Amino acid sequence: MELWYTEEHTPAVRFSIKLKRQVLSRQSPFQLIDIFDSDEFGRFFTLDGLMMLTEKDEFIYHDMIVHVPMATNPGIRRVLVIGGGDGGTVRELTRYDKVERVDMVDIDEMVVQVCREHLQFTSRCLGDPRVTLYYEDGLKFIRRYENTYDLIIVDSTDPFGPGEGLFTKEFYGNCFRALSEDGILVNQHENPYYDSYAIAMQRAHIRIKEFFPICRVYQAHIPTYPSGHWLFGFASKKFDPLRDLDATAWNGLGIETGYYNTDLHSAAFMLPNYVKKALERS
Amino acid sequence: MGEKLSQSDAPLHEALVEYRERRFVPFDVPGHKQGRGTPELTAFLGKSCLSVDVNSMKPLDNLSHPTSVIRDAEALAAGAFGADSAFMMVGGTTSAVQAMIMSSCKGGDSIIIPRNVHRSAINALILCGVTPVYVDPGTHQSLGISLGMAASDVEEAVRANPGAKVVFVNNPTYYGVCPDIRRIVEIAHASDMAVLVDEAHGAHFYFGEDMPSSAMSAGADMSSISMHKTGGSLTQSSFLVTKGTRVDPAYVRTVINLTQTTSASYLLMSSLDIARKELALNGVETFRKVLGLAEYARAEINGIGGYYAFSREIINGRDVCDFDATKLSVHTLGIGLAGVEVYDILRDDYGIQIEFGDMGNLLAIISVGDNHYAIERLVSSMSEIKRLHGKERFGLWDHEYVPPVVKLSPREAFYAPQRPVPLASSEGEISSEFVMCYPPGIPILAPGELITADALGYILYAKKKGSLVMGPQDMKLEYINVAITG
Repeated sequence: MELWYTEEHTPAVRFSIKLKRQVLSRQSPFQLIDIFDSDEFGRFFTLDGLMMLTEKDEFIYHDMIVHVPMATNPGIRRVLVIGGGDGGTVRELTRYDKVERVDMVDIDEMVVQVCREHLQFTSRCLGDPRVTLYYEDGLKFIRRYENTYDLIIVDSTDPFGPGEGLFTKEFYGNCFRALSEDGILVNQHENPYYDSYAIAMQRAHIRIKEFFPICRVYQAHIPTYPSGHWLFGFASKKFDPLRDLDATAWNGLGIETGYYNTDLHSAAFMLPNYVKKALERS
Repeated sequence: MGEKLSQSDAPLHEALVEYRERRFVPFDVPGHKQGRGTPELTAFLGKSCLSVDVNSMKPLDNLSHPTSVIRDAEALAAGAFGADSAFMMVGGTTSAVQAMIMSSCKGGDSIIIPRNVHRSAINALILCGVTPVYVDPGTHQSLGISLGMAASDVEEAVRANPGAKVVFVNNPTYYGVCPDIRRIVEIAHASDMAVLVDEAHGAHFYFGEDMPSSAMSAGADMSSISMHKTGGSLTQSSFLVTKGTRVDPAYVRTVINLTQTTSASYLLMSSLDIARKELALNGVETFRKVLGLAEYARAEINGIGGYYAFSREIINGRDVCDFDATKLSVHTLGIGLAGVEVYDILRDDYGIQIEFGDMGNLLAIISVGDNHYAIERLVSSMSEIKRLHGKERFGLWDHEYVPPVVKLSPREAFYAPQRPVPLASSEGEISSEFVMCYPPGIPILAPGELITADALGYILYAKKKGSLVMGPQDMKLEYINVAITG
């Protein structure tokens, strides 16, 4: 018997992974949580059937969503992670001694529990004393804060479902307010290739541009995400990721990474023409 | 009815399912023939929808003369609402309100009616030549909203107009304000007047717990209930219900048939049948959830500061005798913006469509279809609107009630010779048209009323603030038609 996991990247395109076994399937009040083991990607984790991360390539996503802003402003001390229940983003953040406080807000407590139990490779730093976990809607959490964070990382699902509120104008406006004057907002920005995702990307970009004077987009290659080509949004009040990168300082920290390096930092902001055009149109 | 039906049955819905399964070959209307002839429409609305967009036929009964499944569905609805009879209406609650008035009044009669009625009620007065006796519904001093008629004011109107046939009541108003409907019924019935109730915004009163009194439970004679507003049926579908011996259901059916279509939509009717079943079975749980969401949203919005999401604390035992706490009504003047301005910004900048905004308030409908994600978006957007657009409170209109001065009956004015005059110089004329802000569609002027300085000022102000002011034939509202008298 062969057992395969399939995600429909579009109604006409499928991506499949041969499974060794299903580790867990649990319905939370918000979404269906599944964990599988495979030969090619190791253990992987899906929400409502959509790929969140695999053991083999999660380092790419987590390197890029954390180290790009951290290398741009080495002074970051207070960080808010919205979503990110698997703990991978927090894991990378806790590698910085200068980070004093990491608040993580995930709407779904069950996701965090399941990941702590079954995805040790990403969740192992959630118990770090600097980390505080909150279980509520990110959009609600952020309303309460003003001038509180140096960095907000939006590590969310796609904007179809529980993550929808995290792609809205009201969310970005509230993030702007919650950030300090040095503040940086990084969000997962979908893929530019397939139409439904590309539209979400354009919308997010338009809305972020309304609030932040500096808005850039960077990319990474993530084999298990739709199209394999993934974008991140970098928005900031002051810091420019190209102008302000201090490569010597970051390299001096001695943080070992699998994907990110300071050469790639600048290169990641160099986008293909069709992506540039799509962003200009937005 | 063969065997005894219960609220878990939906006879019309079941008949349509059976019709579809039997794969009839249609050589009747509608000409799209179960959607086969209209591929674009079918792709848009869905095959299953088009397949039951059918015409009356024996197995599916006939709305104008129901003898089988529609009769059964109406009987179940009557049971669910605690009424003696129920009529499915496919012309919106507007048609139900008109049928209520036309089946209880004739030309020359008068009707005691609150000023803040929906235009559909005044339209009915034009159609059957009934004269309104307006009761000032009262205005909330700080919120600037019109309220519910005080029972004492109704009593006075009844005493002053002993010949009136009917007392008309809103339960609740658009904002959720309920009058003392039990007392009003007692007063009216003591003078042998029928009580007709507009429950366009009160379908849930019949199904939730701890809700304000419904018209039927208070002993009213008829009520028009918008199932589509808070009950989950399709837009344009409603129920008219009756109780007691003051109204004859057979006559009500005859009056309904004067103006109702003979091709009633089975999509609308089946949605009524399914919504009634759903509410009868699960209404308590559903409206508990709705109320929870509304209470949560109110607390969060009041926490932002500046906004005032009001609720049961405005009950005063006079013109606010109960309040529908599922309504999310918010006073916005505290952030220096008119309700309609917040309404526009929510739609244009945040992609959030709420029910309406007027001068000082906005109203968001919370219903069976809402969830926490949507509420969080609304609250966060309102917080952002205050941060980005908030101003000092200044120079905003603080009165909604414009007392009408009735010079002619609505029908006389409607059919009188007319001439257009520039709106700005129309003071002192008698309007032969409606003027209202939409929504909520409550008249500032109705046909036959004097154009006073107050009314004119309010219209010009509403226009300036971007409210959709409508009614007159001149779409730009630069001119208004006035009656030529004498």
